[in-house]
Amino acid sequence: MQQRSFSGVSQSPRSPSKQPPYLAVSVTDPAKMGNGVQAYISYKVITKTNLPEYQGLEKIVIRRYSDFVWLRDRLFEKYKGIFIPPLPEKSTVGTNKALSCAEKFRFTAEFIEMRRQALDIFVNRIASHHELQQSEDLRIFLQADEQTMERARSQETGIFKKKPADLMQIFKDVQSRVSDVVLGKEKPVEESNPDYEKLKRYVFELEDHLAEAQKHAYRLVKRHRELGQSLSDFGRAVKLLGACEGEALGKAFSELGTKSEMLSVKLQKEAQHLLMNFEEPLKDYVRAVHSVKGTIAERAAAFRQHCDLAETIKLKEIDLNKLRLTRSERTVDAEHEYEELKADGEEARRRFEMIVRLMNEEMVRFQEEKTLDVGLAFHEFAKGQSRLANAIADAWRSLLPKLEACSSS
Amino acid sequence: MMGYENQGHEEAHLYATPAEMESLVLTDNDDSSHHQSQPNHHHPLSSSLPFAAQIPTDDDHLLASPSFLTHSQSQSQNPIPNHSSSSSSFKFILEPPSYADAVFRSFDGDHINETNGHDSSSGDLSSSPPSTVEYLSISVSDPQKEQDLANSLVSGGNTYVTYLITTRTNLPDFNGSEFSVRRRFKDVVTLSDRLSESYRGFFIPIRPDKNVVESQVMQKQEFVEQRRVALEKYLRRLAAHPVIRRSDELRSFLEVDGRLPLVRNTDVASRMLDGAVKLPRQLFGESVGGAVDVSEVVQPAKGGRDLLRLFKELKQSVTNDWGGAKPPVVEEDKEFLEKKEKLQDFEQQISNVSQQAESLVKAQQDIGETMGQLGLAFVKLTKFETEEAVYETQRVRAADMKSVATAAVKASRLYRELTAQTVKHLDKLHEYLGAMLAVNQAFSDRSSALLTVQTLLSELSSLHLRIEKLEAASSKIFGGDRARIRKIDELKETVRATEDAKSCAIREYERIKENNKNELERLDKERHDDFFNMLKGFVVNQAGYAEKMASVWDMVAEETIGYAKDGS
Repeated sequence: MQQRSFSGVSQSPRSPSKQPPYLAVSVTDPAKMGNGVQAYISYKVITKTNLPEYQGLEKIVIRRYSDFVWLRDRLFEKYKGIFIPPLPEKSTVGTNKALSCAEKFRFTAEFIEMRRQALDIFVNRIASHHELQQSEDLRIFLQADEQTMERARSQETGIFKKKPADLMQIFKDVQSRVSDVVLGKEKPVEESNPDYEKLKRYVFELEDHLAEAQKHAYRLVKRHRELGQSLSDFGRAVKLLGACEGEALGKAFSELGTKSEMLSVKLQKEAQHLLMNFEEPLKDYVRAVHSVKGTIAERAAAFRQHCDLAETIKLKEIDLNKLRLTRSERTVDAEHEYEELKADGEEARRRFEMIVRLMNEEMVRFQEEKTLDVGLAFHEFAKGQSRLANAIADAWRSLLPKLEACSSS
Repeated sequence: MMGYENQGHEEAHLYATPAEMESLVLTDNDDSSHHQSQPNHHHPLSSSLPFAAQIPTDDDHLLASPSFLTHSQSQSQNPIPNHSSSSSSFKFILEPPSYADAVFRSFDGDHINETNGHDSSSGDLSSSPPSTVEYLSISVSDPQKEQDLANSLVSGGNTYVTYLITTRTNLPDFNGSEFSVRRRFKDVVTLSDRLSESYRGFFIPIRPDKNVVESQVMQKQEFVEQRRVALEKYLRRLAAHPVIRRSDELRSFLEVDGRLPLVRNTDVASRMLDGAVKLPRQLFGESVGGAVDVSEVVQPAKGGRDLLRLFKELKQSVTNDWGGAKPPVVEEDKEFLEKKEKLQDFEQQISNVSQQAESLVKAQQDIGETMGQLGLAFVKLTKFETEEAVYETQRVRAADMKSVATAAVKASRLYRELTAQTVKHLDKLHEYLGAMLAVNQAFSDRSSALLTVQTLLSELSSLHLRIEKLEAASSKIFGGDRARIRKIDELKETVRATEDAKSCAIREYERIKENNKNELERLDKERHDDFFNMLKGFVVNQAGYAEKMASVWDMVAEETIGYAKDGS
């Protein structure tokens, strides 16, 4: 789609050209592949870059939705602490209920375009993130041939993929507050950081607000379509009335009917524009908040691990001291274990602290990004509404002189 | 800012009045800075505004043109208007007329009229300005509960509601220029019945339903208010009808205090009894009584006393439909038949348009509602972000969101007003649907009058046949047949009476035909005017509100233009 400007791309010392480094990706040309149950949509992913890590200035590969999922899963595993850009939903089920048959058919073409747009945004966000853009997995995704990609994709299932159940459990832990304490259950280990608490509350409440706004935005799209439909029906009925009236009045009715039908088309167009440029970005915002929640869960897991290990180390130290006092043969082994544990503990602490640091940076980036994204969506919304209103005003205004001419006859 | 702005100008110049065409040059947007109003490109100072000022609507108040309209009206006489800025003596922006303010004036005007029954508008269906000499203005108000003392067999008695009918008029038929009476719904039914009898062939407005079920089911207050509104509408329609407004029936209803002097129909039982005596008189003209009461012939056959007549006319209509021979007189007027068919077609189309109009109004209402809900959701989100803001970017976002939320709420309000206005304009369609009922009634008056004529003619011919037979039989008897001769004389009496009745019936039929014809002409003209006004009102309304909405969103688009990508 568009070239995002680059900041923070590390300049490789081997970079030959004087040009500033760039990495531009686009997802285009959705095409239906296969038949029946096996059918799927494939996309062309075009990479234009002068980075030395990439082969050549331009590369085109064919990818399908599950390849994008693979990429996201890898990044989520490797870059804990970073809000990985969200993917569009897997299926249409549950996202847009109450569609008529006609709508469902239209939804297919719409759906494909919406998904393509979302995937394009997804890859571009990764490519312009100063950390993520350096990922090996991204390179594989953008360059590997189809067979390699397929191999990589099928390898990953089961090993890295967190089962949804685990993720849900982590969410629940993060959300539980007083209830466990009241019930006397073991209190889950949580950071006692008031700023972080505030952040967590903010994220959860934000999602609720956004979901509501997105719901109304979707309804507004539907309303545009409905209004378009009734204008079209009205126009047709008015034209029939005009035919039976005849003469000046009949002509006037005909003109009115024609204008109505014309405006109906404009309304359908605007509905589409609204869907793609306003409702979809809001949905994207909701997805992004989910992604943040995912990172919050990861942070909680890392914190728990760090705490658990610290606990274990303390116990081990007590044990070790006991052994040292009794000068047992097991002391040496115990010492080894202790050292290993300490190393693990150090590792866990490092990991946790990195997540904290990254999250803080990410929060700033996230807010900036969202302000821009939402600002653009608002602009498109206002532009679209203005365009529609002006078209409506023009159409009806243009009718008046004709009405005047007819009525005086 | 946006490409279509120029497009709007190009389109606009196509619709300029001829006076402006000559010195037409499209300027670029520099000139818009000379106009003091909003930063949008639809300015009321356009010189092409004549039509806005001239548009007659049902509402008199709209005719009080706002100052800018009259200003530009005088400008339009001069093809080169005097703009304040020096550079634009030959150039001027050919702005399409802005209806936004005209619309809002009319909205305010209508608000004043909304109050309970105290409307001073003439109630005229046509669009003629109120400065015409004659007016008859009626309002219905002040419902009161009253006791029906006369018929209360049960203690506690029968209560009913009366309404205050206030009339303001300068018509000479009335005694006075402003007066009131109290009437109950039964009185209105009586009035309506009397009018149908006296004005056969006319398109008499249909009275409100009795709504027996609703009166039990609905809340008393709501039902009474609904009825009050319906009565007012009905009386105003009567007052708008050029012939009916001068009728004695209406006059009595409006000005005679106390009991309504219109005679009510006698109940069926007494008419049955009457019938037993009058039956022979009706069509046989027995020596008892002699001539047929002409006024009875003139009325269509009703139940009770006209039982025999009903039978005969029924037989006649069956003969008409199934009998081999053509009835003696048929509806020959080709023009009338064509018109009737056209009207039936019209009725169907109107019904269809009316239905679609309802859906359209609902869709407009829905989109306004959803827009409002979206606005509210954003208001909440703005508040949330503002309260929780940690980063500056959040505050910026909250500010953007606030302007979108405000715009959405404004737009929602505009949709609501637009819908209310649209309903008023398109209501004309419903009115005409109602009017078609009156038309059908008038046409059926005509058919029943024709049927009476046909029946009498058949009757006559069968009487003549009987006389012939009797005469033939009688002539065979030498010296004459006393009994038969007497019978022949009786029959000849009957023939004379029937001939009278026939002439009467034919006169009545012709009268009704004439009424139909005049009414059809009147309907055509009124329909023409009414529908044009409806269309104009609808279009101005839509254009005006669309303009307002465009300016609301234009502002937001301006404010957020920084987020736009290049070449968007």
